[in-house]
Amino acid sequence: MTKDTRYTATAIALHWLMAVLLFGLFAVGVYMTELPLSPRKLQIYSWHKWAGVTAFVLVLVRLAWRAGHRPPPLPDGMSALERLGATAAHGLLYLLMLAIPLSGWLMSSAKGFQTVWFGVLPIPDLLGKNEFLGDLLQGAHVSLNYLLLLVVLVHAVAALKHHLVNRDDVLVRMLPAGTPRN
Amino acid sequence: MTRSLSVLLASLSLATFAGSAVAANYGQVLAERSAVSFVSKQMGVEVGGSFGKFDASLQFDPASPEQGRARLEIELASIDAGSKDANDEVVGKAWFNVKEHPRATFESTAVKALGGNRFEVTGQLTIKGRTRPATAPFTFREDGGNGVFEGEFTLKRLDFAIGEGMWSDVGVVADEVKVRFNVVAAAAR
Repeated sequence: MTKDTRYTATAIALHWLMAVLLFGLFAVGVYMTELPLSPRKLQIYSWHKWAGVTAFVLVLVRLAWRAGHRPPPLPDGMSALERLGATAAHGLLYLLMLAIPLSGWLMSSAKGFQTVWFGVLPIPDLLGKNEFLGDLLQGAHVSLNYLLLLVVLVHAVAALKHHLVNRDDVLVRMLPAGTPRN
Repeated sequence: MTRSLSVLLASLSLATFAGSAVAANYGQVLAERSAVSFVSKQMGVEVGGSFGKFDASLQFDPASPEQGRARLEIELASIDAGSKDANDEVVGKAWFNVKEHPRATFESTAVKALGGNRFEVTGQLTIKGRTRPATAPFTFREDGGNGVFEGEFTLKRLDFAIGEGMWSDVGVVADEVKVRFNVVAAAAR
């Protein structure tokens, strides 16, 4: 395996950091909405928002890194349709990773709760308080998240299929260096 | 209800002030143009709210502010604390306990001039059965024959046991709550 068929160490770190953040945010998001109102609930909502803003910033960092460091090419054996599918799925992942925090931020504003990153950096409200818009954006935030879950599952299954069926390096090249390979 | 109370007070005050030559004495509160709102801080984030129902009565002559007085009664159940969840929560026992203490009142004891259009009202604030002194600076201006009073002061919610038990953690909901009032009163003639 030559060096340029692997992702850069930075890209790999960002990918897995993002994976952990997204699963954490998703799980916390589902959990917190079920909680009865309490100080703990208000805390968790704030933490969720802070982590969401962090994820948004990380996506921007990833996109910037990606622009300067093109990902390794797809394996030669893939059909045109498979290539199209892979490109579309990756595009959709990035789109959702941008749209979900944006919808969360807008929802917060419409519900009348400004987002203040780590309780220190206020993020301006683009929308004024509006109950109807708030409910609409909440629906959008939740729907986009389930769509993301679906695309992430497709993404993971495709990676495993490359590894187990095609027996190419698509999965392995995104694993941290030093991971045992079969 | 609001109107009749203020009309009554206005006529009383007319009798009181009849002897003194005053340019304008504002005493008839226009409830629909007045507002009482507040800003609390949750996890470092300001969240606004307001009270939909309150009775205000006042007497104020900018020429002799020290004669002024004001009384404000707030219907606590009319609170909008920012969201439906919050509205359901804050009328309960741990917060305002509106069943036992339906109203918050402010009764002025003194008004003094701070210079220009700025004044300061001092009085007794009673919420949830607890009475504490409170002082609020305010501005006064005339607007189309009405007097407009705008002011703001900060109260500490725990002084009045607003938010007991788990809610007394001021790290989540801050102790300080900014209260703003904007009262419009017509001149009593």
